[in-house]
Amino acid sequence: MVEKTFTEADRNDGIEPDMVDQGHAPKSTTGGNGTLPMNMIQALNSALDAKMAEDPNVLSFGEDAGYFGGVFRVTDKLQEKHGLTRSFDAPISECGIVAAAIGMGAYGLRPVVEIQFADYIYPAYDQIVSEAAKLRYRSAGMFTSPITVRSPYGGGIFGGQTHSQSPESLFTHIAGLKVVVPSNPYDAKGLLTACIEDDDPTIFFEPKRLYNGPFDGWHEKPVSPWKAQELAQVPAEKYTVPLGKARIMKEGADVTILAWGTMVWVSLAGAEHAGVDAEVIDLRSLVPLDIEAIEASVKKTGRCVIVHEAPKTSGYGAELSALVQERCFYHLEAPIARVCGWDTPYPHAFEWEYFPGPERVAEALKSTMNGGR
Amino acid sequence: MKKNTKALSLRVPEPSGRPGDTPDFSHLKLDAPGAVARPDALSDHHEMRDLAFRLVRVLDEDGTAVGPWDPKLDPETLRNGLKAMILTRAFDDRMHRAHRQGKTSFYMKCTGEEAIAVAQGMILPREDMGFPTYRQQGLLIARGYPLVDMMNQIYSNASDPIKGRQLPIMYSSRDYGFFTISGNLGTQVPQAVGWAMASAYKGDDKLAISWIGDGATAEGDFHNALTFAAVYRAPVILNIVNNQWAISSFQGIAGGLETTFASKAIGYGLPALRVDGNDFLAVWAATQWAEERARANRGATVIELFTYRGAPHSTSDDPSRYRPGDEHEKWPLGDPIARLKQHLIALGEWSDEQQEAAEKDAVEQVRAAGKESEAIGTLGQSRPSVKTMFEDVFATEDWRLVEQRREVGV
Repeated sequence: MVEKTFTEADRNDGIEPDMVDQGHAPKSTTGGNGTLPMNMIQALNSALDAKMAEDPNVLSFGEDAGYFGGVFRVTDKLQEKHGLTRSFDAPISECGIVAAAIGMGAYGLRPVVEIQFADYIYPAYDQIVSEAAKLRYRSAGMFTSPITVRSPYGGGIFGGQTHSQSPESLFTHIAGLKVVVPSNPYDAKGLLTACIEDDDPTIFFEPKRLYNGPFDGWHEKPVSPWKAQELAQVPAEKYTVPLGKARIMKEGADVTILAWGTMVWVSLAGAEHAGVDAEVIDLRSLVPLDIEAIEASVKKTGRCVIVHEAPKTSGYGAELSALVQERCFYHLEAPIARVCGWDTPYPHAFEWEYFPGPERVAEALKSTMNGGR
Repeated sequence: MKKNTKALSLRVPEPSGRPGDTPDFSHLKLDAPGAVARPDALSDHHEMRDLAFRLVRVLDEDGTAVGPWDPKLDPETLRNGLKAMILTRAFDDRMHRAHRQGKTSFYMKCTGEEAIAVAQGMILPREDMGFPTYRQQGLLIARGYPLVDMMNQIYSNASDPIKGRQLPIMYSSRDYGFFTISGNLGTQVPQAVGWAMASAYKGDDKLAISWIGDGATAEGDFHNALTFAAVYRAPVILNIVNNQWAISSFQGIAGGLETTFASKAIGYGLPALRVDGNDFLAVWAATQWAEERARANRGATVIELFTYRGAPHSTSDDPSRYRPGDEHEKWPLGDPIARLKQHLIALGEWSDEQQEAAEKDAVEQVRAAGKESEAIGTLGQSRPSVKTMFEDVFATEDWRLVEQRREVGV
């Protein structure tokens, strides 16, 4: 019931209803170079569809993820196309879902599981942290489990504290896990495919506020749909976007912005709002991290602003900040700034005070341009 | 709503005996050997619920195999089982002593529980994946895994098959159907279910088998495992080794006073067997029943193996502080090695002399392996290259690990 509300909230924010209602097997004509316009849901669905068609060891399961196709429709029609045992419903047991996937992975399959909301991932935390992440190490490579844990994540959808969290730093801290967050349909498909093909366990967070459009944080304005974006032109065939390679979303000379997921679009809007020539780097994967791209950019600009939705304290921004000062200290012309969620639980009524929007990003950019004063 | 007129009181379960008390097992309801009916392995689980509250036993007081659960094993199999149990006990004794001598940091014996892992390790082929706890060393020993490799792991020495990564006794061997042990309790039961689901998904013929202690059945993972096993009819054997004690907490703290551990299966719609875990033949027969059922695609069986943890929980534990000192001696279901020995002698297939020779031989095998392993090194005397500390975190090292390895200078 709650999930229904979110779908509707999403629609009110400017999503094309036909994509939600009629499934999302792309209906449009093929664009240039064999691409199709897709929103992020369609791109993720396409990634799963192509991998399942190619590799019989890939299967997908999760709560409501079988017949129904998932509350966000990412696994829509996979059961119909690939069969009941390859895309099925799981009991409401995140621990059981991940544990079963670990066993399947150890057998030799490549399971992709859906945790309905990242906020529900905690019952599976022990299985992810103590088991999936550690199998290879503790057995000296005798046992491994290449599972992919997909989970809709992040805020901006009036989900309150149990449907809005960004818990990536709880996973980046764990030796043996890879953590990936796409910001657009093209990357979503390529990165998810790369995660499925990766021989290590991967946590794949899907910024649900981006499912239907590149939300830039100007919440009172209508959101443009994905189809207007170049990054929504998605090849119909399988392809991968390598893990550990950042994307420079916008080149700039004055300050480097490090962001991922929804915050990539918020950062672009923030830079525009501030009138600052920022270089916006979409990290795409937090682990492995493209440290070279970060270092090169900060050395060029001499300034760094980190933007994330998760609470500031012990957020991944803290790690990035430390890395940047360790590697670029003598190039820095201003203190590294962080624009983050507050250290409160994610609030319902105060969503837009909590959510780091373009205005907060713009303020941080201006302050950084002013030497941090 | 009417207010209570009587004050409520909180119940905290207590065992029947504490240090200094005379062991009291009068509360145990033990079926006589041969008294429990054996349903067909493919029967409807609804029709065999009583078995969750009974106790399958085969060997009687005189060492005779009686009743419908007698697996009718040939003497050679029985002798092999006995020898593997003897070897397991000899191995435990030596490694426990090695800890006392400062040769390793930790050890855990399975004294009194040898029949379980040994019988099950003999029945199931090693292609079936076992998800053991830390008290199933008998599985490796029954399958002929090199003792010296077990010791190398215990000593974390240069030849440790898992490169000094784990606490002693957390073995791992894919080739012997022995999944890498986790020190976190209960986590591997739902993984075993997933492994079994994968086998079924692929149309393979392999089973999974898992073990969990009575105490750890209180973990959510156990209940998640039973839900998944039932829902997807996974070909898995789910053992609960009820050895009465979870470190210092008696089985009542895990709910054992309210119902049997086997009966937990009923609520999930799974068949359950409750078995004398100190009776090699009963363990064998029950496991075979569950195996037949799983191989026929009829799904999982829960087996409660009723036994007693004769040894301390680990080398870090002192049971004299929480249970009567002679509780193990007085355990009404005896000792698995003594009982199988008695049976073989009753059959005319074994003798006290052969027993003595087998014990001597076991000690000799362990001593020889010990010599070999100690020549490589006990804990701290030798170890894998420090460089390996940074390997196997991922399939390929990322830049952080490369940098950190260089920082260590290796």
